Amino acid sequence: MLASVYTTAASDKVGTPDPIAISALQHWAYCPRQCALIHQEQSFADNLHTARGQAVHHLVDQPGEAIKAGVKIERSLPLWSERLGLVGKADLVEIHPDGAILPVEYKHGRKRQARHDDIQLAAQALCLEEMFDRPVPHGAIYHASSHRRREVAIDASLRAAVSEALTAIRTMLASGRLPPPVNDRRCRECSLAELCQPELIAERERFKRALSGLFDPDSEAA
Amino acid sequence: MPASQTTYQVQNSLYVMTPGAYVHLDNTTVRIEIERETRLRVPLHHVGSLVCFGNIMVSPALMHRLADEGKSLILLDSSGRFKARLEGPVSGNILLRQAQYRANENKNGSITIARAIIAGKLRNSRSVLLRGARETQNADESAQLTAAAESLAASLRAVPGSPDLDSLRGTEGEAARRYFSVLGLIVKPAMREHFSLPGRSRRPPRDRLNAVLSFLYSMLMNDCRSALESIGLDPQLGFLHAVRPGRAALALDIQEEFRSILADRFALTLINRSQLTVKDFDQREGGSVLLNDQGRRAVVAAWQERKLEEITHPLLETKVPIGILPFVQARVLARFLRGDLDGYLPFLAKT
Repeated sequence: MLASVYTTAASDKVGTPDPIAISALQHWAYCPRQCALIHQEQSFADNLHTARGQAVHHLVDQPGEAIKAGVKIERSLPLWSERLGLVGKADLVEIHPDGAILPVEYKHGRKRQARHDDIQLAAQALCLEEMFDRPVPHGAIYHASSHRRREVAIDASLRAAVSEALTAIRTMLASGRLPPPVNDRRCRECSLAELCQPELIAERERFKRALSGLFDPDSEAA
Repeated sequence: MPASQTTYQVQNSLYVMTPGAYVHLDNTTVRIEIERETRLRVPLHHVGSLVCFGNIMVSPALMHRLADEGKSLILLDSSGRFKARLEGPVSGNILLRQAQYRANENKNGSITIARAIIAGKLRNSRSVLLRGARETQNADESAQLTAAAESLAASLRAVPGSPDLDSLRGTEGEAARRYFSVLGLIVKPAMREHFSLPGRSRRPPRDRLNAVLSFLYSMLMNDCRSALESIGLDPQLGFLHAVRPGRAALALDIQEEFRSILADRFALTLINRSQLTVKDFDQREGGSVLLNDQGRRAVVAAWQERKLEEITHPLLETKVPIGILPFVQARVLARFLRGDLDGYLPFLAKT
């Protein structure tokens, strides 16, 4: 497969898979419909949640290099993996004097979805392994609100979780169908709630009832 | 007219109807100003598409943001006729149109939608007749209207068992003849000298009431067409109406459920209230009758006012202006095609 395939925004060949954004993994782990809305329907909405996230990301969004205590710090580093068909950016990558490479993902808020964060971090590690041709056994999650840093081992189960998630996402995107809304606590925290309209589930039920009486002249309109 | 009455948010679409309104972006909020006064603020993430009727100004910054976020900007003329749609580089419409074509190629999918369309038409036609039966002073005519309404109910029960489009169209044709045979009874006796309705005649209409109906149907069809264009459906690919070059078959499909409640009932009201008189029509040699210029102007003006009147949508549980109903239904159809709803549900008027 040619590298150029993955550097264009969309492939011009039917059947050539586009690379998937690393962020899609986290969106998918949070809610498949959210992932489809962002990566398939190209819709994105800002709310407090993402706005806060962006404020945190602002610290690391400026691409650049720095040296701190002998450790080279790469901010907003472009990442990709030909093997997995992944593309994205790392908030921060540390390149240590001994050659060790460590992706660091910035998060705000409580440690609610450690597993989602870890899968995204593992995807970054897999990209780095391919780019530098070197093992990346660890990554770290940095929580902006508590200034805590959590080391994550990029183990076999995380690696498997990445490829499983990628397969699921590709299947979903290929189907062109939107998964149904989850309509649970996640929706309150979701930046796409307005677009997604999880309350449509209730509406869908009303529509279903009305449909069942459509051919009955005595059934009420609603 | 206050802005609150001419700016509507229905199912994530923002409809701006006030001439001269200025719609712009204020950080992450869409602001609508009328005569330099802010009349409405809506967070951008609540807006799925912006629909502008006539002379509405939209700031370039807002246009860019809408394009960035894959939200449509729809331009209609002041009477709601589709002019243009601004789309960003990527829109979900290709998936929607694909779903529309697939459903159309699938016999099962087509007939399911066609049955729902006809059911909507029969139910709403029936509700017009039942209302006429309730309101008339004449017991005999009331009984005639009720009997016709009952025969429409029988047609409705036959719809789910119609095996194909031809039998469905047969059921519908039969019901339409029955309906038009009694619709004239809703004209007040005092008006009947000049406005009788001896059944439906078209191409050309051969009496005054039919002339009004034909004119209203063509306006309604344009409204339905605009609604479909706005949502991104292909107005030429219908499920009940056969495809023909130049014919907006899907607009004709969506129009079916609205004919009786929006056009027929409205024509009867115009005549019963003497908003239309003999002077508004031209009779031509050979028996055709058409609205003249003055008559067309009177109908258009009254129709525009009527479209601003609000009605409660039974399923959305919100009030919407009548003019927005075709947009709501186009979206219901789109959501069904994309698998978000379990079937197409026509707009059903309360009986």
